[in-house]
Amino acid sequence: MTTFWSLWVIVLTLANLALVCWVLFANRKVAVDDQSEPGNQTTGHVYDGIEEYDNPLPRWWFLLFVGSLIFSAIYLVIYPGMGNFKGVSGWTSVGELENDQQKAMEKFDETFGKFAEMPVEEIAQSPQALKMGARIFANNCAVCHGADGGGNYGFPNLTDSAWLYGGSPEKILETLYKGRQGLMPPQGPIIGEEGVRNTAEYVLALNGLEHNAEMAAEGKKVFGQVCMACHGMDAKGNQALGAPNLTDNIWLYGSSREQIQHTIRGGRSNMMPAQDDKLRDDKIRLVAAYVYSLSRQEEVEQ
Amino acid sequence: MKNHDIVEKNIGLMIVLICVAISFGALVEIVPQFFIKANKEPIEGLKPWPAVVLEGRDIYIREGCHVCHTQMVRPLRAEVERYGHYSMSQEHVYEHPFLWGSKRTGPDLARVGGRYSDEWHRAHLYNPRNVVPESNMPAFPWLFDNVVTGEHTANKMRALRLAGVPYTDEDIATASEPFVGGNVKEIDALVAYLQQLGVLVQQKR
Repeated sequence: MTTFWSLWVIVLTLANLALVCWVLFANRKVAVDDQSEPGNQTTGHVYDGIEEYDNPLPRWWFLLFVGSLIFSAIYLVIYPGMGNFKGVSGWTSVGELENDQQKAMEKFDETFGKFAEMPVEEIAQSPQALKMGARIFANNCAVCHGADGGGNYGFPNLTDSAWLYGGSPEKILETLYKGRQGLMPPQGPIIGEEGVRNTAEYVLALNGLEHNAEMAAEGKKVFGQVCMACHGMDAKGNQALGAPNLTDNIWLYGSSREQIQHTIRGGRSNMMPAQDDKLRDDKIRLVAAYVYSLSRQEEVEQ
Repeated sequence: MKNHDIVEKNIGLMIVLICVAISFGALVEIVPQFFIKANKEPIEGLKPWPAVVLEGRDIYIREGCHVCHTQMVRPLRAEVERYGHYSMSQEHVYEHPFLWGSKRTGPDLARVGGRYSDEWHRAHLYNPRNVVPESNMPAFPWLFDNVVTGEHTANKMRALRLAGVPYTDEDIATASEPFVGGNVKEIDALVAYLQQLGVLVQQKR
């Protein structure tokens, strides 16, 4: 703040306090002074027969005002309020925030910090770490992947053993840090509407779903020419590209005939935002361990 | 004559004195802020909104998003922990009016940009319950049907330029270009707006 505005603030603040003091003290005395009738305490103002005293504020009320004036004087000495004067405590809102963060960091370094270097498999063995991972997951990941990690239409289920990009600790960490950009180009313009319908039947057949065998046979040819580039000849997908396995009856965009046709025709694009610049390393590691444990649960049960 | 008698019996004087009494706060707290240069310096990388984002912002206002969502991360640890770096005036110098909001029924959106995928926003705005089962946010399915015509975009930019946003003549001349052909649905504009919120300042949480 320039000196002018600093002075502006100081002068107006003090003037305000001075005016409040004046108003408060100037009205302390009973002002009625009826010479002709000394006993008369009323103002002489009558309305509907109602007369009015001119009593000062009750003492307790007056003292509350005085108390607040003293409070403001002390406040203005300790805290910044007088223009550029920083107050004897040197308090700032950012300073308080940084102080709080400092304290929290110390706590985090204690609770999260020890996992920063630990291998994900090892973290996944610690129930306490998984609990923390679950909370971080709930705060940051659950909006898309669901509170239980079960996923949603368009958002992968993290609790099964099917992975678009791989379920090893390294791959999970890579996904968390860098995010993922999934893209299936639209095939409609390439293989034509008939190709779309035939290929959809073939994809249904691959998953053992009800299909038209004749069309599926045609679709298989299209698949062998076009789709196999990403999904592989055996349609088991390719985790390096994020191309899903099309034979496991696990569906990100639905398994109905229409949904599959829609996917083939128009393609799909999807992304997972990178957490690199959003979450601390140790938090990312804890989440990775939690996600890793989610997928392992099924294996253990099996 | 007693002091308060004069005030109580002259309503005009009373009005003037009331105005004086209540203006101290604004004169001290607000007026000097207008003249602090640092508050008006745009943060590095801040640009006037592109046409689609500008239209998205107006949809945000039309649908009343600001009634339930603030765009103001206060400098408190719990907020910074949840939303990211606290909001700074330098990020908002081109905003007329501000959409800081005053009530959080839903979460703060000041730094929602890049947090979720476009697809998530689309699924969520179509019906929030599809992705967040416990959400009480209304659904906005009509955004997927309505087309943004862009007929007023240039005028909006001109108006913002009057308020000090540095749109160039070229920006204004090409304002309606993205909307030619009617391919920009309202949802596209709104998601474009949401995805750029607060991305200039990133901080690990």
